[in-house]
Amino acid sequence: MRFGVVVFPGSNCDRDCVHVLRGVLGRDVDELWSGDPSVAGADALILPGGFAYGDYLRAGAVAATAPIMAAVREFAGAGGPVLGICNGFQVLLEAGLLPGAMLRNRSLQFRCQPVHLRVESMRTPFTAGLRPGQVLRMPVAHGEGKYYAPEDLAARLEARDQIVFRYCDASGRPADDANPNGSLRHIAGVCNAAGNVVGLMPHPERASEAILGSTDGRLLFESVIAVLAARRRAERVPV
Amino acid sequence: MIQTSPAPEAVGLTRDEYEELTRRLGREPAALELRLFGVMWSEHCGYKHSRLTLRSLPAEGSRLLQGPGENAGVLDIGGGWAVAFKMESHNHPSAVDPYNGAATGVGGIIRDVLSMGARPIALLDSLRFGPLQDAAARRIATGVVAGIAGYGNCVGVPTVGGELVVDPRYAGNPLVNVACLGLLRADAVARAKASGEGNVVLYAGARTGRDGIGGAAFASAELDERSEHADRSAVQIGDPFTGKLLIEATLQALAAGGVVAIQDMGAGGLTCAASEMAARGGVGMRLDLDAIPLRESAMRAEEILLSESQERMLLVVRPEAAPRIAAIFHRWGLAAAAVGRVTSEQTLRVHRGGEEIAALPPYALADAPAYRPAAEEPAELRARWSVALPAPPAGDLSGILLRLLASPDIASKRAVFRQYDHSVQVRTVIGPGAGDAAVLRIPEAAPRGVALAIAGSGRVCALDPYRGARLAVAECTAALACAGAEPVGVTDCLNFGSPERPEIFWTFRRAVAGLADACRALRIPVVAGNVSFYNESPSGPIPPTPVVAMVGLIEDIGRTCGIAVRRAGEVVFLIEGAPPGLEGSAYLHVLHAAAAGRPADVDLPVHARVTAFVRTAVADGLLSSVHDCADGGVAVALAESALAGECGLDATLPGAGRRDAVLFGEGPSRFILTAPEDSAVRLAALAAAHGVRLAAVGRTGGSQVRLRVMERGEGAAGDGDVEPAPAHWDVDLSLEELAGAYNALSEVFA
Repeated sequence: MRFGVVVFPGSNCDRDCVHVLRGVLGRDVDELWSGDPSVAGADALILPGGFAYGDYLRAGAVAATAPIMAAVREFAGAGGPVLGICNGFQVLLEAGLLPGAMLRNRSLQFRCQPVHLRVESMRTPFTAGLRPGQVLRMPVAHGEGKYYAPEDLAARLEARDQIVFRYCDASGRPADDANPNGSLRHIAGVCNAAGNVVGLMPHPERASEAILGSTDGRLLFESVIAVLAARRRAERVPV
Repeated sequence: MIQTSPAPEAVGLTRDEYEELTRRLGREPAALELRLFGVMWSEHCGYKHSRLTLRSLPAEGSRLLQGPGENAGVLDIGGGWAVAFKMESHNHPSAVDPYNGAATGVGGIIRDVLSMGARPIALLDSLRFGPLQDAAARRIATGVVAGIAGYGNCVGVPTVGGELVVDPRYAGNPLVNVACLGLLRADAVARAKASGEGNVVLYAGARTGRDGIGGAAFASAELDERSEHADRSAVQIGDPFTGKLLIEATLQALAAGGVVAIQDMGAGGLTCAASEMAARGGVGMRLDLDAIPLRESAMRAEEILLSESQERMLLVVRPEAAPRIAAIFHRWGLAAAAVGRVTSEQTLRVHRGGEEIAALPPYALADAPAYRPAAEEPAELRARWSVALPAPPAGDLSGILLRLLASPDIASKRAVFRQYDHSVQVRTVIGPGAGDAAVLRIPEAAPRGVALAIAGSGRVCALDPYRGARLAVAECTAALACAGAEPVGVTDCLNFGSPERPEIFWTFRRAVAGLADACRALRIPVVAGNVSFYNESPSGPIPPTPVVAMVGLIEDIGRTCGIAVRRAGEVVFLIEGAPPGLEGSAYLHVLHAAAAGRPADVDLPVHARVTAFVRTAVADGLLSSVHDCADGGVAVALAESALAGECGLDATLPGAGRRDAVLFGEGPSRFILTAPEDSAVRLAALAAAHGVRLAAVGRTGGSQVRLRVMERGEGAAGDGDVEPAPAHWDVDLSLEELAGAYNALSEVFA
């Protein structure tokens, strides 16, 4: 089982994702340069956080046109699991692989702080191993994380179970003062219609070891590892 | 070269300096050459007034891999790894253009550490502003914070700690000091010493533009009313995206082999980097300006040579490696070009359009004259020592604690640090606000970690610069002890007014002497540093502000400690290595707007014993929390620990004399600890072994912070023996009330 971590110029959480996948979870990881047109060999893709191309235009807008994105699109279209974290989420939005858009935080400032997330959907490979309503704790670190979608789209996302995470307080109740950026409907993460492409603003890779204060983030990676392992076992079983 | 040279004064040199450079050259300089001397012999590049004094700083230690004289100091942390460490000021640019001044301060110090071959892994900043109720000071403060965030967050280096102090004397001249820590293999220290005739001088990074021209000279003069507009072109503009690419490309280039020397192009630009690298190696260089990657074509030679455009490095590489190294930078989308060669004759020859336009000995440029300025004790200094303290307050002291907690120097900096990414790189074990020092794990050298502390008090140094500098060192070692770390190295940033004024130079000399004595006594080498003079505005000079940053080593990252009270029902202990005093305290400053009295000196042997005890107690896992008592004394320390852990506490504090001095007085070597009852015996034994007196003063629990000073005749509580709840408290506040005061800065930085 191989993970591919896409590295854009200006990504700055790529090494952190590699550390968790390789160092903590013992998986094989390829760092995939965004200038290369292929994701060959990867069983799951991570688009990490950072400031791809400096984010001098809208966050993720330039990265969405990088050569590797055609291959990412193809991989996603074939049902491959794709996780966009923070800037990676913004890239997936700009690439049209996820619905909605990002605005600057309500505070108009960067925010780095721990938040609580409530698991809203288990239909994605990254949340299949979680419990509905489970509360996770991990940090956010972003300036443009205010999720937005037009009302009709937001309603459709709710109806189609495409909202994956919501900001909440420690008891699991979504609330304004638990929402670090003013996201619509406290949305912290969404998925595509098929459920295999997920984006979230908080950083699970920064919450994957007890010494850093939380291991909740590891659950997302362990979930996709279990899903991929099950798929592989299913493939091996003769019909 | 038929050109009329400008007058020496026009390039910031004196007549004597002009004569000196003429003597070194053996001829009159050409106009361009004189301008190069003007920049290289500026205070900022040449350390003319500080160099001889700085020689007294100790720079020896078993872990020292690189001391002063390079772009950053390097310390061995064991396990085959090392850290590079340096602090620098960006005061004047931040006064004129707060956002870009602070942002390029971050970028610049990152490249200093990168020049040693280290991956930058942490930033700290020490900030001084005027009173934040003034619109001008608030604009500077919010701009500086945004600039640090804008650069640090994008470049992916966490800002893990720092300090922020407000005083009217910084209103016209804020201080922005930034420290950076980098990680590298102990056997792969890169250096900035050019060598090898025929080796290629390779330019890499961003292209050269017209920004920051004369920045070094600008940093070497006082600010005046015109500065905000007139000096704007001297401020560099940073691009953190390019900075990030430069980090990755440079580390790859160094790993690829063939790099002989490397230095960033900071103050003094290409001229400074080339002449310093050549001078260190005792070689010369031939530079071809036509090969320099430019942003615009019509730049004059002088502009190319002195531009302080950001995100640029100068490398010396072996000829056969040059194409390979250049290709690495190109892959990251950066410029890279061979712009010259190393020569054996000790001359820096600059060519443009096929013509030689300057030919100077690098050592003549890089080795500015050194002065021993006059020094005279400020006339009013001793008078301040004898100012009488205000009468002690009567009645309840709760209001005083709230005012202290709400004062900017003490109040929570959360509104600031939540704008900084402090968790990227997944190393931050104790981040801003959670401990006296920031703590990073180093998985590469597991189970080790490092701790970082920063301190410096202009308020105390204005009363006694010698003691103030020693107290700053003591505060850093105290903070490191709380993290369970052994101090291994210091970097400093010495911020003062004009060295040409004897009463200011006296404070500089005394502060350096204090720093040197304390570091020598505690056996901590000063591995790198920076001096910033001419911090003056029309309203006068800043108070003497030596800022000390210290790095400490934690042998087992699993054994560190924060300030937060962890659970109810534990014992609160007080260690008093020195009695509390009100002289120079935050209490006098905040409650009485007074800076009076002579601060008590730190007793370094006692301090070493006390910090060794604290460090061992943390490393042995005996403590739930530990906090050093700094500004605002034991009362503020207890309130901060309670707030951080969202758990109240009661404490009865021993002490003869004024209640306000017991609660709010300051002194070195003072700590509060909390620990479970069942570690009390081991803790007492450890304290006894270190000759440290440990007093059990209270218990954690509830949602109030209740403090009282033991009355005359009341027996001191025995170790581990806590008195029953008394009838009255001198301070009795709910966590909610404390938090309301402590969050006073949230509106300023909203």
